Amino acid sequence: MKRRVRALLLLALAALCLVACDGGGKPQQHRSRVQEKPACGDTLVDGTIGEPSNLIPILASDSASSDIAGLVYNGLVKYDKNLNLTGDLAESWQISPDGLTITFHLRRGVKWHDGADFTSRDALYTYRVTIDPKTPTAYAEDFKQIQKAEALDPFTFRVTYGRPFAPALASWGMAMLPAHLLEGKDITKSPLSRNPTGTGPYRFKEWIAGQKVVLEAFPGYFEGRPYINRYVYRIIPDTSTMYMELKAGGLDMMPLTPVQYQRQTGSDEFRARFNKYRYPASNYVYLGYNLRNPLFADKRVRQAITSAINKEEIIQGALLGMGQAAHGPYKPGTWPYNPHVKDFTCNPDRARALLAEAGWKKRNSDGMLAKAGKPFRFTVLTNQGNEQRLKTAQIIQQRLKSIGIDVKIRVLEWSSFITHFIDKRNFEAVLLAWTITPDPDIFDVWHSSKTGPKELNFIGFKNAEVDRLIEEGRNTFDIRKRRECYYRIQEILAEEQPYTFLYVPDALPVVSARFRGIEPAPAGISYNFIRWYVPKAEQVYP
Amino acid sequence: MITYLAKRILMLIPLLFGITLITFAVIHLAPGEPVDMQIAMSPKVSAEARQRIREFYGLDKPLHVQYIQWLGRMARLDFGRSFAPDNRPVTDKIAERIPVTLSLNIIALILEFGLAVPIGILAAIRRDTLLDKGITVFVFLGFAVPTFWLALLMMYFFGVKLGWLPISGLHSLGSDRLGPIAWFLDLAKHLILPIGIMTFGSLAGLSRYMRSTMLEVIRQDYITTARAKGLRERTVILRHALRNALLPAITILGFSLPALIGGSVIFETIFAIPGMGQLFYAGVMARDYPLIMGILVIGAFLTLIGNLLADICYSLADPRIRHGRT
Repeated sequence: MKRRVRALLLLALAALCLVACDGGGKPQQHRSRVQEKPACGDTLVDGTIGEPSNLIPILASDSASSDIAGLVYNGLVKYDKNLNLTGDLAESWQISPDGLTITFHLRRGVKWHDGADFTSRDALYTYRVTIDPKTPTAYAEDFKQIQKAEALDPFTFRVTYGRPFAPALASWGMAMLPAHLLEGKDITKSPLSRNPTGTGPYRFKEWIAGQKVVLEAFPGYFEGRPYINRYVYRIIPDTSTMYMELKAGGLDMMPLTPVQYQRQTGSDEFRARFNKYRYPASNYVYLGYNLRNPLFADKRVRQAITSAINKEEIIQGALLGMGQAAHGPYKPGTWPYNPHVKDFTCNPDRARALLAEAGWKKRNSDGMLAKAGKPFRFTVLTNQGNEQRLKTAQIIQQRLKSIGIDVKIRVLEWSSFITHFIDKRNFEAVLLAWTITPDPDIFDVWHSSKTGPKELNFIGFKNAEVDRLIEEGRNTFDIRKRRECYYRIQEILAEEQPYTFLYVPDALPVVSARFRGIEPAPAGISYNFIRWYVPKAEQVYP
Repeated sequence: MITYLAKRILMLIPLLFGITLITFAVIHLAPGEPVDMQIAMSPKVSAEARQRIREFYGLDKPLHVQYIQWLGRMARLDFGRSFAPDNRPVTDKIAERIPVTLSLNIIALILEFGLAVPIGILAAIRRDTLLDKGITVFVFLGFAVPTFWLALLMMYFFGVKLGWLPISGLHSLGSDRLGPIAWFLDLAKHLILPIGIMTFGSLAGLSRYMRSTMLEVIRQDYITTARAKGLRERTVILRHALRNALLPAITILGFSLPALIGGSVIFETIFAIPGMGQLFYAGVMARDYPLIMGILVIGAFLTLIGNLLADICYSLADPRIRHGRT
């Protein structure tokens, strides 16, 4: 019943908007921004395809868990809207002149959701439990660089490193855990994993397995009470269902696919009810070559393949234009990104010339390339369930065929892909993606010491200069020096082409138009979630 | 009868044992490990962290040791803890899912039998009429249409276009504040589409069975006798013919028992219903061995019990079936 009344209301609103638009002459994408006063109240219903796994952040690595944890917990530091590190639970910090110790001055008067005080004891506990060998966590690595961690007094916390370690500061964005509830207990069996207690703007209310997680505003939050009363995280495993729920009013927010963004959300009715946003996502998709394979040992061959690939065409074909070409491992517009580096633009003639230089000649029979009687043929592996990657692979296949390279595509289920192919280095080329972390340290993916079994430099990239630059970049806190290192690394990678960097896709969230206060920034839209609000007259949920 | 039952039940034990051995082996044949899903390809995970997680789950031990440990726990009815990051007891995870799947499937099963049996009888006694043909077309339509496609169309039509029915999930937001009657109506509205489509898809099999056995039965001499006695057609069909025609339906009912706890992945995914199908699928994709084994053991147990019950029901429905000879 309520739903129908709402539908009518929305229709009326849509009609009003149409009239207004006619009068004003110009159609608008976003509803006119009259200055309303922020009001408390209402609920935001968000959609997710996967269920969170564990709400103790160090024990989970899925995005659904971290979405919830982001609202329930705080770290000592966080990234602001421009992706600069700023204080969160720490009011300020000092880095010693030698770069070895960081002293955090913690915010006073911060309360856990159960009323206890947040102190340096919690920070110390979080550090200890993370490096405890009995804790099955994936996040111990950065904390292991610490030689000594001390709680000097309840609001001063100091960590000492063996040598200056730039990613150290960012690693303290790790969610702080409540020592008074966890100390001396087995964290893997803690009830907090399904009923968390944090310091964040929202406190946990309920989790109905397979259906939803409900959070409610924490009135005692140290940055002030969030405006939106409740946050509901609905688990809807199918994206078509999710989209229909959005249209029917059962969801207020979801990520759109490029097809939905471009083709299915253009009606006036939709634009009156929802605002769409678009900004670069934090990951890049690449074609990686197994450098141990003689086929790809010659860099001219890798350069030729990149020259044969048209990145713009891939972005149009697979993403309907919702993305931008990648030339290196950083996100365009961020401080480590080197805007002067451009790798090989699409130029099939240069590709042919480079291959000819490397000894690959046309066979007369079918126009395919061959060297010493062996045809140029390789297989691109990619994971199942990602249609954009499959399309990307098909476009690449087509392009390489036109210069005489025979590419096969093989799609594999994730788990077997990793164990049988990546871990055993049993592949020729792979189409995969990496997350771009705000801290530019890329030691694990590009350093030559990380080519061992099960390590992440699985393509086997070894370059002495890159090694040296990566080490230099992580062992100084001076951002200018770091930038120089990463600029140079990007130049080397563009020349060497161990990967063909393909694209950075766009994140395409859509949010119901009744939510105001959303300000897209380099960090996306959710960084100021506690300042979103719904004007009193438009609130839907009690 | 009692010795027969005791023998049958004793036979279940080695069968169950064999089933667990084979499933355990088959699961571990699949490439990959639970650890892969959680940490593989994450830039912040070292090989040492991976080893730590493997030890935590006991995956560093040889396979036969793992099996014996699992069997030992099983003997104490302990299904173990899930390998998913939540590390919860498998029984908890199954227990929170099973009521939904079980009640959905029971309602759908009752509807299926309640509709398919009369439809089958009707088609049999009105054989080759327009009605019979119409029914045939209708039930095969349900059988042939891909359910996920039909489900999406219905969701769009009733949910988005008309706004009559909710699209997915089991409850509306804020249903916990409703009174018991309103709460129940809200739940019922959420179930109309999934159960309706589930039933529509399953009518064909059973109603065809009913039609053909019914056709066979009404050709029998004793039906002619009954008619000759001057009994009303209603009595002839419902009392004399139906009882005999129901035997295959009982077999199907027995087979349906294990299916009651196995939800359909596609269905549950589309309607966002938190059932067993989704749980099992997620378990397989994540190589969550204890969870997979737990669900399979319960499934195997129910299959065996279902067959046993079907046999017992046979003997009740048809005294000619002698226990000793089966």
